[in-house]
Amino acid sequence: MAASFVSPPTSPLVGFLGSALLLSSFAMLSMRRMASLVRIFALQGILLTLSTLSVALAAGEPHLFFSALFTLAFKVLLLPILLFRLLERLHIRGEVEVLLNVPTTMVVGLFVVVFSFALAAPISEMANTVSRGLIGVGLAALLLSFLMMITRRKAVTQVLGFLGMENALFFSAINATYGMPMVVELGVAFDVLVGTFVFGIFFFQIRETFESFDLKHMDNTPTE
Amino acid sequence: MILVLMILSPITGAIVLGLWGHRKIAPLLNIAFSLLTFFLTLILGEEVSLHGPLVALDENLFADTFSSLFLVITGGVAATTSFFSLRYMTIEASHGRLTPERTRLYLALYQIFVLTMIVVLASNNLGLLWVALEGATLATVLLVGWTRTPAAIKASWKYFILCGVGIAQALFGTILLYFASEKTLGPGGTALLLTHLETVKSQLEPTVMSLAFVFFMVGYGTKVGLVPLHNWLPDAHAEGPTPISAVLSGLLLNVALYAILRVKSLADGAIHSSMPSNLLMGFGLASVLLASISMWKRQDIKRLFAYSSIEHMGLATLAFGIGGPLATFAGLLHMTTHSLVKSAIFFAVGHIVQTSGSQKIPSIREVALRTPGLARALLAGGFAITGLPPFALFASELLIITEAVKRIPFAVPFLLLALFVTFGVLIFRILEISEGGPSMTTKPLPPLPKLTFFPIWIHLGLALILGTVFPATLYSVYQKALLVLGGPHGG
Repeated sequence: MAASFVSPPTSPLVGFLGSALLLSSFAMLSMRRMASLVRIFALQGILLTLSTLSVALAAGEPHLFFSALFTLAFKVLLLPILLFRLLERLHIRGEVEVLLNVPTTMVVGLFVVVFSFALAAPISEMANTVSRGLIGVGLAALLLSFLMMITRRKAVTQVLGFLGMENALFFSAINATYGMPMVVELGVAFDVLVGTFVFGIFFFQIRETFESFDLKHMDNTPTE
Repeated sequence: MILVLMILSPITGAIVLGLWGHRKIAPLLNIAFSLLTFFLTLILGEEVSLHGPLVALDENLFADTFSSLFLVITGGVAATTSFFSLRYMTIEASHGRLTPERTRLYLALYQIFVLTMIVVLASNNLGLLWVALEGATLATVLLVGWTRTPAAIKASWKYFILCGVGIAQALFGTILLYFASEKTLGPGGTALLLTHLETVKSQLEPTVMSLAFVFFMVGYGTKVGLVPLHNWLPDAHAEGPTPISAVLSGLLLNVALYAILRVKSLADGAIHSSMPSNLLMGFGLASVLLASISMWKRQDIKRLFAYSSIEHMGLATLAFGIGGPLATFAGLLHMTTHSLVKSAIFFAVGHIVQTSGSQKIPSIREVALRTPGLARALLAGGFAITGLPPFALFASELLIITEAVKRIPFAVPFLLLALFVTFGVLIFRILEISEGGPSMTTKPLPPLPKLTFFPIWIHLGLALILGTVFPATLYSVYQKALLVLGGPHGG
């Protein structure tokens, strides 16, 4: 049934990388250790770089090479390094605490994917990019990251969900329209970078104040 | 030219204050830069109303009557808030809660915040608009958690995460919009420019535009604080330092609603159905109803007024959803007056809360009674915000209700009930504070300097003028802004 929603992508490589990216979103949902989560995030960055490259080659869009290079520098190197250093400095090793157990989350995730493909189907038909079948993947990855933010309790996991969301948005932009205008992409990346720094500042403040990253301590704070 | 200057002013301000913000003179510099920005927005407003829309910087910047109206409001309220901020921060420093280093951070972030709002309003590029609106969140998130109490950290974390998630949806909306427009405008820069989009909006693919509008509505709606996306707002507005509460409530909510209205104008042109309007009406109505229920038992004065902001933004959203020249005019007037009155209230509340060291209504009563000037200001602000004549919120609420009777009669009883409840709760609370019978220790506190009241009375005075005489020149500005929002159906 789901197959009827998908118009097959022209290039098998593009399709393969897209599916791998979707898989990595699921992997992020199922990971139990914080460090593995950051590793998966870096892996997702690599997949994103490769997929941007392959779209660039298949479509012959030169400015996408810049986007690919930029993704490599920013999402494979800079952000994971920052995150690893943060984990180290804050001595975070522990397990990810989940609100909803992993198998249930997976099942919900499956429904999210079907829903996304159904929603993206009419758009995919209108697109004229080589990778139009993957718009549904982008939407699915967006909603899966969203799901991760809802079902996880720790501050660091929420940040990774946030960054995963940004990856998904970038992926959608590449596949639907060969990327947004350069100035917009740079602006978005700038916001994400500043956001990551602000998150970093936050971690220290949260630890100072609550002596834990588990948001349930925060939830117990009386507000009135 | 003037557009670029207007943006350069807060940029320079941020750099200068970032470098020398710890000096004694810095708070005065903050006022100087804010006044300069305000002055430039006024010149811009003048120029736009005389010569029509302006563009600059490769068409990336743009201003018409609609945006210049909000630019002037933003510049003005940001300037008066910098006055209020001067005294507020001096007192904070004298309590030892503020080191010179932290003052520097505060002042630089304040200028950056003003900058991001001005860029949102003056941006012609919907992508840059998104970047600037996210920037506004980033600039204020540290300010909300300023006091570093557990409640403040929690509030700013919630603000950060919820607004971040929300605004990510709006970015997906932007991608979809680009996807639709690229077909007619071609890939590259122009496909996200408002001025170009407006000319081809009837050719944009309706299915994609409907989906895009829903994502925009959810994304920017989170920043407007529309129910059910409002969860962060009461915390963020209540826990931050009061000057920040004033600009968050008075300005940032407007700026986010501005973004929705721009996109709605495009969606209306493309979709040919009343879906966008219905969505606005639904969100608006839900906000008014839920906010009025939530105000019922609030004991925290800033939280009370934060819920009142949700209610008023809901009313304005409802007005734009109803559409037509009258309701749209009412919506614009409502946003203008709400900015003025709500920030004035926060100025008064700020002084009271700071002196008493609490935000709970019973404990601030004592202080209010001992500073009659502030109690009077709060009372006047309370009358203005509940929509009593002769203040302008009376006029706009009356217009919204009359238009609602025509378009959505079934909703009118709920609307009236909600307005009645908020009116009752607010008036009751404010009277409890300012007229709460004789105090035990009625020794008045040393009188505040006259300058303290100056921003409050200016704001309330303007709200009074808008509600009574409404100058003809200003009326023509509103009329032109209505034309921008255009569309016989969509308002």
